[in-house]
Amino acid sequence: MNTRAMERADFRAIAHWIKPAARVLDLGCGDGTLLRYLADERESIGYGVEIDDDGILACVNNGVNVIQGDLERGLSGFADGSFDYVILSQTLQAVRSSERVVREMLRVGREGVVTFPNFGYWPNRLQVMRGKMPLSDNLPYAWFDTPNIHLCTITDFENFCRTHGVRILERIVMRDGKKVSVLPNVLGSLAVYRFERA
Amino acid sequence: MYGALNADKSNAVLVCHALNASHHVAGYYADDRQNIGWWDNLIGPGKPLDTNRFCVIGVNNLGGCFGSTGPSSINPATRKPWGADFPVVTVEDWVTTQARLADQLGIQRFAAIIGGSLGAMQALSWTIQFPERIGHAIVIACAPNLSAQNIAFNEVARLAIITDPDFHAGHYYEHGVRPTRGLRVARMVGHITYLSDDEMASKFGRQLRYGKLGYTFGVEFEIESYLRHQAEKFSGYFDANTYLRITKALDYFDPAADHGGNLSLALEPATASFLVISFTTDWRFSPERSREIVKALLDNRRDVAYAEIEAPHGHDAFLLDDPRYHRLIAAYFARIANRVVT
Repeated sequence: MNTRAMERADFRAIAHWIKPAARVLDLGCGDGTLLRYLADERESIGYGVEIDDDGILACVNNGVNVIQGDLERGLSGFADGSFDYVILSQTLQAVRSSERVVREMLRVGREGVVTFPNFGYWPNRLQVMRGKMPLSDNLPYAWFDTPNIHLCTITDFENFCRTHGVRILERIVMRDGKKVSVLPNVLGSLAVYRFERA
Repeated sequence: MYGALNADKSNAVLVCHALNASHHVAGYYADDRQNIGWWDNLIGPGKPLDTNRFCVIGVNNLGGCFGSTGPSSINPATRKPWGADFPVVTVEDWVTTQARLADQLGIQRFAAIIGGSLGAMQALSWTIQFPERIGHAIVIACAPNLSAQNIAFNEVARLAIITDPDFHAGHYYEHGVRPTRGLRVARMVGHITYLSDDEMASKFGRQLRYGKLGYTFGVEFEIESYLRHQAEKFSGYFDANTYLRITKALDYFDPAADHGGNLSLALEPATASFLVISFTTDWRFSPERSREIVKALLDNRRDVAYAEIEAPHGHDAFLLDDPRYHRLIAAYFARIANRVVT
């Protein structure tokens, strides 16, 4: 299963949650694929935030609204409660200040949506047991050259929510684009959450 | 006019000029191949703003000195040059005259209006004054109004002109002279604000013009030589009264002023899609100023793409050929072209 198709799977899960014609902010939106998808499927009014020049260009090519900026510096350009959903797809593990980003998501949006690779997925555990940092389709970077500085497991994230005033509304755990319901923190490679302020 | 207007006149793009530019946006004159349009690197066949697909219209702003009626034109009532009697014109006035030109050309709606700096202010004002007549606004190196520092620089420039003994209260034409000394200083001040500190350092540093210090007040450093040369060139072709009026138009521009300083309210009527671009080293109209515009557009839920181009050149970057910048504009116009269908 390639990464793009896996993204598609979490995109489908996200699109399923997003109410029609909602205002959506996608943080670290890359080439704008998710926003394009949400605009086409859910008639979302979407904006992306992206730091990379190539991402901005790709968003313009995709006809997606995008604002160049560094989400680590906060979302000061966005008013309180100005979005229905703020999405952070496959980016939580790569931000320096995860706490601040989640706090900002819930300041700007009524609800937050995050997806992240589950570090507790059993092949990752196995590789760590063998004494190595995991390498996989989901975590393709060598330890010395990875943007993923805040990897976590499903249990870690849920503990984080409990201690940071975040109420989880829905969760989907997936592997190879399919839902996992048994032992999600072991059998699931990708976690998708919808949450609000507790 | 560059390129051809299509049958339903839906492919027109208006180019608004900044301080010292004109209608001559691209190409060169048949009898003067050195005289190249000021935005030739962006506009032309196969270029980011492709004249094979769009009909690009360059204008001269009222009060200018490259063709439109201005202070150096003859006042029919007195049969003498207008001089100081030529009225002060605003960005809004220019936009109104451009709309009348569009009427004359039978263009109901521009596919896009593009400008940098003061030109960008006109594009922005179009979206407020004639929202139904503009599809896309490309707003580059802009600010929603001038800061105190911006106004201060303009005031130094104006005083340099006004206090030149050859200014004659604006009626210098009748005296057969021009306040070129004042105009030169004005241009030097302006020019400094267009460049970044880093750009000046890398281009000139502390290099000496003649290899050693002379302990005189003549030209000693390369930067002095450069500024004097630019100022000399500029004062040869530009009209001082025009310069005064254009700097005033800049100072007055403030669409939020009528809305208690609330730019979001000011931009409420704007329905165009926006591409906003700033340059990291532009300290004259810094990226923060563009972000104010973006925030106001977001508050109104408008379509907007905002790019902050990392460029070393300061404010002048909008005139230069930067691949990231030009790729973005090309992509944006390609999308507009697909909607217009020529």
